[in-house]
Amino acid sequence: MDRAAIRRMVDELGAILSTRDGIRIMEVCGTHTVSLFRSGIKSMLPSSLKLISGPGCPVCVTSQGYLDAACELAARPDVTICTYGDMVRVPGRHGSLADRRGGGAEVIVVYSARDALKYAEDHPDRNTAFLAIGFETTTPATAATILAAKAKGLENFFILPAHKLVIPAMKALVSGGDVPLDGFLCPGHVSVVIGADAYRPIAEKFGKPCVVAGFEPRQMLEGILGIARQLAEGRSQVDNVYGVAVTREGNPLARDLMDKVFIAADAVWRAMGTIPMSGLDLRPEYKCFDAFDHFGVEQGPDVSPDGCLCGEVIQGKSEPADCALFGVACSPLSPVGPCMVSSEGACAAWYKYHRKA
Amino acid sequence: MTTRDTDDRIILAHGGGGELTNRLLRERIVPKLANPLLDPLNDSAVLERPGARVCMTTDAYVVQPIEFPGGDIGRLAVCGTVNDLAVMGARPLALSLALILEEGLPMSGLDRIMDSIAAAAAEANVPVATGDTKTVERREGDGVMIATAGIGEMREGARMDASRIEPGDVVLINGCIADHGLAVMSAREHLAFETELRTDAAPLNGLIAVVLDTGADVKFMRDPTRGGVAGVLTDLTEATGLTVEVDEAAIPISRTALHTAEMLGLDPLSVANEGKVVMAVSANDAERVLAACRGQKYGKDAAVIGRFTDVAPPLAELITRAGGRRIVTRPYGEELPRIC
Repeated sequence: MDRAAIRRMVDELGAILSTRDGIRIMEVCGTHTVSLFRSGIKSMLPSSLKLISGPGCPVCVTSQGYLDAACELAARPDVTICTYGDMVRVPGRHGSLADRRGGGAEVIVVYSARDALKYAEDHPDRNTAFLAIGFETTTPATAATILAAKAKGLENFFILPAHKLVIPAMKALVSGGDVPLDGFLCPGHVSVVIGADAYRPIAEKFGKPCVVAGFEPRQMLEGILGIARQLAEGRSQVDNVYGVAVTREGNPLARDLMDKVFIAADAVWRAMGTIPMSGLDLRPEYKCFDAFDHFGVEQGPDVSPDGCLCGEVIQGKSEPADCALFGVACSPLSPVGPCMVSSEGACAAWYKYHRKA
Repeated sequence: MTTRDTDDRIILAHGGGGELTNRLLRERIVPKLANPLLDPLNDSAVLERPGARVCMTTDAYVVQPIEFPGGDIGRLAVCGTVNDLAVMGARPLALSLALILEEGLPMSGLDRIMDSIAAAAAEANVPVATGDTKTVERREGDGVMIATAGIGEMREGARMDASRIEPGDVVLINGCIADHGLAVMSAREHLAFETELRTDAAPLNGLIAVVLDTGADVKFMRDPTRGGVAGVLTDLTEATGLTVEVDEAAIPISRTALHTAEMLGLDPLSVANEGKVVMAVSANDAERVLAACRGQKYGKDAAVIGRFTDVAPPLAELITRAGGRRIVTRPYGEELPRIC
């Protein structure tokens, strides 16, 4: 890597910052949060440039009530829960999925929806419920899996749907107005699907510069610098420094898949309440795969653990270190909230890469 | 039960202590490991070592899958045990080998693993002196678990003691990191991906002997297996009360491993290795140790990757490839590939 080129970009950022009070940029994506720490880029930025972690970690934005529903489902002797690994240790109101597993529940870690489907096919005597969480990155795969399940006529495969859409959450944040933000470092993987143009309302209507970036250190820095330049020049538009993977229109095939199986609906985000049209429900013709309906479980109230600031952290209202529990009562060994569990969580990243004592 | 069954696959009776057990041992296990310590097939092996300082270790192997690119559970078991002795400054003298076989294990699979154990033991020049074989009912596993013990003789003058490490001492590693963990992951059923990565599993007693023979003051060695290099660096800061500053750009890693880890969202520093040793060495001796490593098969890519300082608080701190800084911590458990 060209350290000199990186240095030049950091210096240019410094020059821009010297003419302003400060810049607050939200990195929407949890993988950006982790990569900015891991690459050391975060440590090189001028102190008046504040990077704020946003609602982009799939596990972190999932409501407590959803997790409780998943635990309730796991307690049924005829159901196997298939889930991404990060969900297993998130504490719910009555323990985590890991606790349920310790008590005899079948909870299996999978790496994709397709693996859950295969599990269902291999275990026809059991019901398999896949915890379908994540943004536009994981949703097309869930959609394709539902279509495959339908084609195979599987009757023992279900999903507990909680997929979410990035743009409505970003709009909710900027229109809420209680989190001062100057621009967005837009997620690389999500943008592969939704395309760079999807951010135009954020940039054009709300006046917040947006730059789509990948996860290479240099590219993340280019993204941050791009936002700073726009601010310095009084512009607000969508730029894309991840052109190798992201086009303006995104991936229409993936979006068609999503659209075929899911329909936009109101959704509850952890601590953010219900955001209109920010989630995805199964369309009526695929409702038979909905584990909520089939097993009659309900999403409980979104009650955060006492003292836990995860809800504030994912909205950029607090930094992990602001939380009284951080590093004291809450650590990766004994997490209180999801941001300390997930490998993409802001608290876990702070704890892992930034903790000084 | 047909004869065919007992020839093709492990059945529970292979662990029953009767004729089937006897046949399994005499036909498939003992001949591959033949050596004077084992051959009498007594209840224990007898080692003559009057006056020696003896080093002992034990380990258990439950890797899944049991065969993966570049190696298998057998090679892992031998190398892991030999290396645990070697990094203490001991010459490995003998290993024990307990095989726990699931019913249903194909005999051909057992044969491959025994060949691999024999080859690794021959390469390390360490006899398997004693052993045991048991069978268990079929489970979800892949069919073989291995428990080993190793006995070694401490080398004269070898003093592996982290408390001897001082500011200015350097950290070395003998080659590229992260290959083993990524290779195993690539072969896991639910994660299968094509890669040219192969396990680095290797016995390091030869390389370590050459290093110690130089007379260099090696103060501490540890093999960065589970927990990876990050785990060893954290151990070192805790044991010494010193900061260890590591230059990411100096850490040997193949492009393939780097990009594979990136794709999976894993930190290569936290990924397991099975043929690597991290050494803490007096700065004056660094060049000597490097040269000794680079002359060995398993040390061609050896490099100095960091140094100890008395900067407080004591942390493992990484100067990243980009030129920034971050701390390095022991991973919580096995790191999982990211969701998206």
